[in-house]
Amino acid sequence: MSKDIAILGVGMHPWGKWGRHFVEYGVKAARDALADAGVHWRDIQFISGAATMRNGYPGYVAGATFAQALGWQGAQVNTSYAACASGSQALAAARSKILSGECEVALVVGADTTPKGFLKPQAGERPDDPDWVRFRIGITNPTYFALYARRRMEQYGDTPDDFAQVKIKNAGHGADNPYARYRKKFTAADVAASPMVADPLRLMDICATSDGGAALIVSSLAYAKKIGKAGAPRIRAISTVTPTFASALVEMPDIATDSAVACAPQPFRAALPRKAYEEAGVDPKEVSLAEVYDLSTALELDWIEDLQLCERGAAARLVREGATTIGGRIPVNPSGGLACFGEAVPAQALAQVCELTWQLRGQAGSRQVCNAKVGITANQGLFGHGSSVIVTC
Amino acid sequence: MTDACAPAELVPALPGWFTLDVARPQLIGTRCTCCGTYYFPRQSTFCRNPDCSGETFEEVKLSRTGTLWSFTNAAYAPPEPYIVREPFQPFGIAAVELDAERMIVLGQLAKGVELSALKAGLAMELVLEPLDDGKLTWKWKPAA
Repeated sequence: MSKDIAILGVGMHPWGKWGRHFVEYGVKAARDALADAGVHWRDIQFISGAATMRNGYPGYVAGATFAQALGWQGAQVNTSYAACASGSQALAAARSKILSGECEVALVVGADTTPKGFLKPQAGERPDDPDWVRFRIGITNPTYFALYARRRMEQYGDTPDDFAQVKIKNAGHGADNPYARYRKKFTAADVAASPMVADPLRLMDICATSDGGAALIVSSLAYAKKIGKAGAPRIRAISTVTPTFASALVEMPDIATDSAVACAPQPFRAALPRKAYEEAGVDPKEVSLAEVYDLSTALELDWIEDLQLCERGAAARLVREGATTIGGRIPVNPSGGLACFGEAVPAQALAQVCELTWQLRGQAGSRQVCNAKVGITANQGLFGHGSSVIVTC
Repeated sequence: MTDACAPAELVPALPGWFTLDVARPQLIGTRCTCCGTYYFPRQSTFCRNPDCSGETFEEVKLSRTGTLWSFTNAAYAPPEPYIVREPFQPFGIAAVELDAERMIVLGQLAKGVELSALKAGLAMELVLEPLDDGKLTWKWKPAA
């Protein structure tokens, strides 16, 4: 039996720093996705929300919050929280419902309103919480991105200018994206002139936090056929695996890796797409485009290698050759990525799938990737969460 | 009053996380008595090795030297609970690999260590230095 589900509709609220209630962004995205799918809200049988931790109780029960705002209509409801992978876990919940036959068509939605500045931990004296401890000794999110970036420089000879090329490429991609927050093109000189945040990463190497919302309408293949959308893009894999002990890389919010005395060290990021490729039966060589979590410019290079789009250490060359630019061999972040969006945590993994859907339908306008047939997403967040989704025609 | 009387430099920011031996400080972790896995921060209930059912741990002092894995700095003041004494002075941060424990531990770089002097693979050692609020923490510096 096929484990595929269909993407009938997608919708987004533009990313920005709008300062409005997160529900507004989610409902706008959901209504757009319903219209795009041609499905009536009352026909949705399952609502799967991605939670936000920054907006009080309504955010913790996002599925129900969005359902009420769209108008209670008696559907089953779920809320998922998995840091940056929240949207993918909400999507995985919908897929399970559909594949088990418990429902035919579902809404998956996530949205966030974010505060300004560094993301910070809950208040109080909490030395049992690794997230509190690392901030106590001065370790922020950019610290981790910068340690990985410097490691690339030490291991592969990458340079800050290589990292700047990623920003220039993504800014070019997102410049015409109506949902992107930053739509300005930049030069290497612009990046080099931006303030240093965590050496070697400058302000323009690191993604901001944003408000935004994204939604998908997904269904069984039979339902898609029934409403005349048999040709809709399909979700072929959703990987949400945990790391495997002993995790080799020091990850947010930890201050140390696992000790690899008793078990060999295992990379986490690479495990996420590997599971997705296995599940979909797709070879990395078949990928037409990728949407990856460029929390920093240098991290996009790590993802390119984790997705097996090139050899280890070769990603900077790939970017310089233009292979990851739209029109190149394997465009990465045609949406503009986090560089142009900033991160709206519960919406971001869904926004990645929205972009793949538009690309695979040939509806991406000036961002269109030629002959887009197979798309993959990848993201990673705190506490061992991450995801990778494969969408095909 | 006791705190005010004690020498400020001997008050740890995280009590019990490192020895207060100023000359040769060590991080304090634990080790599973069953599979030998080290833990820092300490773990004293259940072993996290998926193949180990260990529930007893011995306290261990971790190696005070290691190899530099990567490094960066904080050019902007971190948010609370980091305590900043104005004007904020940027500080370095290192990731150091401990050979015996086979783990990487983060920490600030000691004052005065320039990033330009660092290279992955450099031998590093643990020292104690105050944070901005005067409380002690562990830091890394190139081994003497």
